[in-house]
Amino acid sequence: MNIVVLVKQVPDSGAERTLRADDNTVDRAAADNVINEMDEYAIEEALQLQEAGGGEVTILTMGPERAAESIRKALSMGPDGAVHVTDEALAGSCALATSRVLAAALRELNPDLVLCGAESTDGRVQVMPHMLAERLGMAALTGARKLTVDGDTLTVERQTDEGYEVVTAATPAVVSVWDTINEPRYPSFKGIMAAKKKPVRTVSLADLGIPAEEVGAAGATSAVLEHRRRPARSAGVTVADSGDGGVRLVEYLATEKFV
Amino acid sequence: MAEVLVVVEANAAGVKKVTLELLTHARELGTPAAVVMGAPGAAAALTDKLAEYGAAKIYAAEHEDIDNHLVAPKVSVLAHLVARVQPAAVLVGATQEGKEIAGRLAVRLDNGLLTDAVAVAADGAATQVAFAGATIVTARVTRGLPLVALRPNSISPTPAPADAEVTPVAVELTDADRLARVSERVVEQKGSRPELTEASVVVSGGRGVGNAENFTMVEELADLLGGAVGASRAAVDSGFYPHQFQVGQTGKTVSPQLYVALGISGAIQHRAGMQTSKTIVAVNKDGEAPIFELADFGVVGDIFKVVPQAAEEIRKRK
Repeated sequence: MNIVVLVKQVPDSGAERTLRADDNTVDRAAADNVINEMDEYAIEEALQLQEAGGGEVTILTMGPERAAESIRKALSMGPDGAVHVTDEALAGSCALATSRVLAAALRELNPDLVLCGAESTDGRVQVMPHMLAERLGMAALTGARKLTVDGDTLTVERQTDEGYEVVTAATPAVVSVWDTINEPRYPSFKGIMAAKKKPVRTVSLADLGIPAEEVGAAGATSAVLEHRRRPARSAGVTVADSGDGGVRLVEYLATEKFV
Repeated sequence: MAEVLVVVEANAAGVKKVTLELLTHARELGTPAAVVMGAPGAAAALTDKLAEYGAAKIYAAEHEDIDNHLVAPKVSVLAHLVARVQPAAVLVGATQEGKEIAGRLAVRLDNGLLTDAVAVAADGAATQVAFAGATIVTARVTRGLPLVALRPNSISPTPAPADAEVTPVAVELTDADRLARVSERVVEQKGSRPELTEASVVVSGGRGVGNAENFTMVEELADLLGGAVGASRAAVDSGFYPHQFQVGQTGKTVSPQLYVALGISGAIQHRAGMQTSKTIVAVNKDGEAPIFELADFGVVGDIFKVVPQAAEEIRKRK
């Protein structure tokens, strides 16, 4: 089974993140950029499937040049190679354009399975797997906490608000995973060394046959009109428990009409 | 006034609260028209509630294959409906399913999409919160109609009785709509607690709760306050509570009237999921815990002393 794992480089969610003042896009220069955490679970799932059933695992990333660091990090976990779609015209792309570019790259790679994280920690939009499935005419099994492959049949336990759903589809399909699905491996020293020699193919918009003006900020289907910092919450009252902390808590809740 | 299509979400208990909120938002944009998509008979069960909250029209798209497949059949129904009705806007809940429907519909219609909005103005401009609620963004769809996913708990749903004229919609599905088949739905939600993202009160436990058994203390306080139970990632990763109750980055985003954090330090990844809550109270033994920077009222103390005392006090006052 040939698997493509989508990897996105995002600003570290553990640090302060901002939008730029000039073009309202994510300020990627101001933050440490890391692999989107959930994508590591997708990589791990791909590697486990490869260990069980063979095939190739390829990383697919769309992003600026410096996303190459994240691609090497992803490769150090064990995938065979990567495709990096990078083009200055892609900056500011909306989800719709991003899905068009990724779908074009996926068509060339022709995978049996596309794995990705259930959401990115920057946008948290969760629409990409379904957008890709829609464009590629594939099933999208999203929010998986368990994935089973039996021949060309995929079965996932899809986490829902109320419990889970068992969903099946034939390959090829897009599967997005939550962090409950496995425990990603740490890259070994050997893996880190090997990653430096693995093939990373750089692909431009022209290579994919997509006109530059139809993506990026120029081709965006939505626009940010303005953005501002939410006023910081002002800290309220904090009391030390001296035996009546529970009562004082309820007194507060009562003044706010919650009790 | 042009119609505003509202994608209805329902479960065994009826119309979900988020749908009533969407109907409340929709009134500002045009004539609310609810779209019910499900098995035969689905619309009849929801009509009264949708009418009570202002649905002037209900489009009933009923077919056996809608519920047993993931969102694709619903997208086909909506795409046809949008072409026919030419609505002023399409509103969905910023829920797992709502966002998935919106994502596919955006591709199908080649239409822009705004997610995680908390408000939408009469001209279609949406207010969104980004980066864990730290940034507020105003944005607009620039290609196509306003297709907006609104967060649960972004508005108080208010009744506004309307006629709710039911219009059946023919459902024509293709093989592409039947690629992802749902063979089983398992409800793991415990008891009669409100759903986490819709609850007006959320009581969450963190690493400080110590183990899975102690979560009964969190549940007890939640039940006394009529709230849902949440958990921090640390608590979920330690196996104290199931993942679907996780609040924060890689979990749910909640915005209740009251958020109670018990034994939660308040790492930035947790704050990502709860800092737009209206009122926040916290109990933690570490007075330096960052959760106290957010809390409207905080108690520095042992949760195993403070929480049972609080529970007892609430019982006394009832």
